[in-house]
Amino acid sequence: MRHEAQSAAALAASTRAAKRSRWFRKLYGQRHVQVMALLGILWMIIFNYVPMYGIIIAFKEFNIVKPISAAPWVGWSHFQEFFQDESFVNVMRNTLGISLIKLAIGFPLPIIFALFLNEVRSVLFKRSVQTISYLPHFLSWVILGGILTTWLSDVGIVNHVLLALNVIKEPISYLAEPDYFWGIIITSDIWKELGWSAIIYLAAISSVSPEMYEAATIDGAGRFQKMWYVTLPSIKATISILFILAVSGVLNSNFDQILVLRNALNESASNVIDMFVYQTGMQQGRYSYATAVGLFKSVIALILLLIANRVTKKINNTSLF
Amino acid sequence: MLSLKRKTKGEAAFDFFNGFGMLLVCFATLYPIWYVLVNAFNEGQDGMRGGIYWWPRMFSVESFEAVFQSAGIMTAMGITVAKTVLGVLLHVFFTAMVAYAFSRRGLIGGKIYILIGTVTLFFGGGLIPTYLLIRDLHLLDNFLVYIIPALFSFFDLIIFMTFFREIPDGLEEAAKIDGANDWGIFLKVVLPVSLPVIATIALFHGVYQWNDYFAGVIYMNNMDLQPIQTYLYRVVAQSSSNQMVAAIPGGVGKTVTSQSIKLATMVVTTLPIVLVYPFLQKYFVKGMMIGSIKG
Repeated sequence: MRHEAQSAAALAASTRAAKRSRWFRKLYGQRHVQVMALLGILWMIIFNYVPMYGIIIAFKEFNIVKPISAAPWVGWSHFQEFFQDESFVNVMRNTLGISLIKLAIGFPLPIIFALFLNEVRSVLFKRSVQTISYLPHFLSWVILGGILTTWLSDVGIVNHVLLALNVIKEPISYLAEPDYFWGIIITSDIWKELGWSAIIYLAAISSVSPEMYEAATIDGAGRFQKMWYVTLPSIKATISILFILAVSGVLNSNFDQILVLRNALNESASNVIDMFVYQTGMQQGRYSYATAVGLFKSVIALILLLIANRVTKKINNTSLF
Repeated sequence: MLSLKRKTKGEAAFDFFNGFGMLLVCFATLYPIWYVLVNAFNEGQDGMRGGIYWWPRMFSVESFEAVFQSAGIMTAMGITVAKTVLGVLLHVFFTAMVAYAFSRRGLIGGKIYILIGTVTLFFGGGLIPTYLLIRDLHLLDNFLVYIIPALFSFFDLIIFMTFFREIPDGLEEAAKIDGANDWGIFLKVVLPVSLPVIATIALFHGVYQWNDYFAGVIYMNNMDLQPIQTYLYRVVAQSSSNQMVAAIPGGVGKTVTSQSIKLATMVVTTLPIVLVYPFLQKYFVKGMMIGSIKG
């Protein structure tokens, strides 16, 4: 009996050893690929994970000349300070206001555009419209800032036209008026990304089976009915996924644009969380405080992502995770 | 289909209004760009009066001459060209290399690698911790700050990986039998057959590199190393247009204004991208599909 048990153990040990040596041989066989993969992992650890670790300065009193580990812990005090900051309400209002309006208008418009562009019969015309419509995506926000300041200046085309039509009596400096800022931000964003965002929907529409349209035609459906009852339901999954992605990215989408268009005069409408982080962190050097505010934004973004994921899952069974 | 049946009145009306709407979208898209173009080609002083909508009132290329003679603008342009060319080459090569490794079946640790990458899609350190990292790596005021932190992107890796997985296994097997190792397969087999996806990522990253002004704003105090977009940002957002005129050597005609130089710089900066993208568009539609659906 003992002998048998011993030999069984020996056998197990030898198969384990064999397995391990096979594993090492496999690892050795893919050593080149492993080097390639680990170079990527190394990059991600340095440029993605080290900054994630750096977030802990939000709970510390970080001093720029000392390492992070040397900084004393301060708990939630930076967060409390932000909630009591006099600009807190204004910053939150601007961040959420601009983001949600952008989502409400900027998300459905490319779908509508794609639906109607799909109904264009001439292939050449369709392709030309498409090519033109995504041209602005390739312009930078700096260039767009230049175009907008030119258009909206006192002697710009907008004032010229409105004066000529007697809509206004005196030229308006649009970028100096907080009241116009959200409108400018949202309109210019739509102008820039409408065609680009539509590409993905057009691609999804092109894979809808033509038989469905034929069947709908036989049933007597008109063009609008076909769009509503055939095309739209067919691209529902694509819409859901893109909606989740749009919601999770919405708080991040403003910064490049707002940094170009903001100025001291429109500050009450242009001061969003990212702007606040940039000013307190980069310009005033309050690193810990700015990191705490940035972390607060990331948490809101994550909550929005989870909500959007839950909602689309419930509505039509599509979700990211 | 179309010729079988005559269009009904409703159909015809729909097509008419739809086509008209599409023309409106095209006009709204192109006109702002056209407006900048004609104003840039108008004489500076005269342009200040405004009212130039369709065609230059006093045609002049002086603003462009001034732009090309300005050492500051040309240095910034050179930095942009350098960082775009170098950035695209290295980003495409490095990201494709990691994607090739990740896409291999039976890669030990493969699942963990993908998990490590997926986390980066949703979480990040944010502005300040990233700035502190760049500072600690001594990349502030260093040209490499445009290249190294942009070397890799997990999103682009997914696009590459999706494409690589569709390459028939036989191709790699054949190379292996011929005695190639994994580097050889990657360089001589995988990269050459992946031109469509390489073109896609090259365009995406090229546009990013060409248009990015933010890295120049926060990481660069050395004005000789700032890209053209950062230069323009300082002019546009901080309304320091006078700097631009000050940067122009005196020999040019006095009719050039800060505004006309700004417009000319905008045109010169945008032209390369507008010229390149029609050639690459057949690739990026497919690339975007892969990226968005699997992303």
